[in-house]
Amino acid sequence: MSDDTKSVETMDVWVAGTEEPQFSPTDEGAQEISDHESDARLDEQFGRVVEDDYVFDDSVGDEDERMILNMGPQHPSTHGVLRLQIELEGEIIRRTKPIIGYLHTGMEKTAEQLTFSQGGTNVTRMDYLAPFHNELAHALAVERLLEIEVPPRAAAIRVLLTELNRCSSHLVALATNGMDIGAVSMMIYGFREREQILAFFEKTTGLRMNHNFIRPGGVAADLPPGWKDDVAEILDELPKRLDQYDDLLQDNPIWGSRTRGVGVISAEEAIAYGITGPPLRAAGVDWDLRKAFPYSGIEQYEFEVPLGEHGDVYDRYRIRVDEIIQSLRIAEQVMDSMPKGDYRVDDRKVTPPPRARIDESMEALIHHFKLFTEGFKVPPGETYVAVESPRGELGCYLVSDGKARPYRMHTRAPSFANLQALPIAMADSLMADTVATIASMDPVMGDVDR
Amino acid sequence: MSEPGDAGVERAVEPIVDRVLPDNDVLHDLLEQFDDVGWEVSRGQDLVHVPNHGWLDFARAAHDAGFEMCVDVTVVDWMRSRPERFEIVANLLSMQHKLRLRMTTTAPREQPTVASLVPIWPGVNFAEREAYDMFGVTFEGHPDLTRILMPDEWEGHPLRKDFGVGSVPVQFKESHQVN
Repeated sequence: MSDDTKSVETMDVWVAGTEEPQFSPTDEGAQEISDHESDARLDEQFGRVVEDDYVFDDSVGDEDERMILNMGPQHPSTHGVLRLQIELEGEIIRRTKPIIGYLHTGMEKTAEQLTFSQGGTNVTRMDYLAPFHNELAHALAVERLLEIEVPPRAAAIRVLLTELNRCSSHLVALATNGMDIGAVSMMIYGFREREQILAFFEKTTGLRMNHNFIRPGGVAADLPPGWKDDVAEILDELPKRLDQYDDLLQDNPIWGSRTRGVGVISAEEAIAYGITGPPLRAAGVDWDLRKAFPYSGIEQYEFEVPLGEHGDVYDRYRIRVDEIIQSLRIAEQVMDSMPKGDYRVDDRKVTPPPRARIDESMEALIHHFKLFTEGFKVPPGETYVAVESPRGELGCYLVSDGKARPYRMHTRAPSFANLQALPIAMADSLMADTVATIASMDPVMGDVDR
Repeated sequence: MSEPGDAGVERAVEPIVDRVLPDNDVLHDLLEQFDDVGWEVSRGQDLVHVPNHGWLDFARAAHDAGFEMCVDVTVVDWMRSRPERFEIVANLLSMQHKLRLRMTTTAPREQPTVASLVPIWPGVNFAEREAYDMFGVTFEGHPDLTRILMPDEWEGHPLRKDFGVGSVPVQFKESHQVN
């Protein structure tokens, strides 16, 4: 009998209010919205530091009427493990605080343990919807430290793959954006078209995602036989599908009223908050790294930079559709003008010897072994290389101390910076517009938390 | 924050003699205002070394010179290989001049501190929080300097070089166990 009572005591089930809890269920410490935040912090959260259009009337409503709502991290519309603390007054959002880190796996620390050639497998897992852009930024940074230039065919393959990747990434953005607002068919359509592009990636690289195909010194392999037919099919099919999307969404009154004038980010705010990519261009700022600081010979191809006007959810949606069209334009030009030649640089210190040579040459075998066990040494120095990923400026800051592993690798993640726009885009808007605003920023939590 | 009297002593830094100034007009005019800021070209990219106490002043001047965006702030831990352990790096971007500039400063091993750039570019808020989280560098004047990626109760700063890899057991929050 006494044993029974003891076992009940050790159950120690805590019921709210019955005893002093040993932990508080929402013990997030400083991660909580505080009642006593400094004026500077409030100014910053409401975007008052830059001139803007928001009017925050403190006199309206009572403090007691405000409630804090936790959205996420397990929520289908937060695009991963994003958690938002939202302070509501009725249905109006007054303050928002994004809380991140749930997907943090320390990839920058991991990068210090991997050789420069292994680094690609690491960075490609950051922004998993745009793996080629991550690989490209990393490879370009390593190449700049090595001071090598890749052959024209490698550069053209890189442009082809990254631009098709932009299409597949924007298709997911359109799909989830539609899904979140209630256009459920968009989810199916977007993923259907994306699968066609991913099938091409799988044929080329062996994997649908996380390819590690763009490597320092070029690309891992040449394009597969019949690649032109596959690309031509995508180029033929996708514009038709985009027309269907327009039929579905463009003049749809529900779509219009859910997106127009919602989640506005002005050009001034976007620049002050370091917002890049479609949200910046939606505000009308003509800024695209492919035009400003061209990489991989992308300046040889003709394309336009679509711009928005109002910086709302609708403009960001429209820009993604237009960017797909422009990316297809680039892909078509690359397909027609694909240069012949080697697909990786002819530098024995960086490029492994061809497979056939390993069987007949002792030096080739040694080289191959050394490259894949020790890796190649990179001269000391530091550099920052940025590419225009589907989400904005994706930069790789690389520091080498002359060894085969980076001394420090830092990724400037576009989703991470763009997330800072959520509080200003959502301030004084309706709770129902939250998911539309989040989806239009297109955050990838793997990119945010790294 | 230092007293006004201290600032005078700190500022008695010898100007860099015979320093080369960049050809670019924007950078030239910007660097001319500061005697103690060094300039170099690293792999074709402009890099300026700013003394720690002049970090905010230089950033403000850079902002006025047309660098309207600060895309990133990060830290490199040099351990014992340099006299000052931490190197703070800020990546500036000028859209109007199509120019990038990287500004760096250093912070000592004990209580590494540097001025926050949030008053100039509010967008570095997250980046500085990440740098604080990962390296323990304090950004003075930051409105909300808390951990951003690691859990709040995490001990240590993971990207420091003396923070081992895989040697630390995973920390979970204190939770109740039901027998």
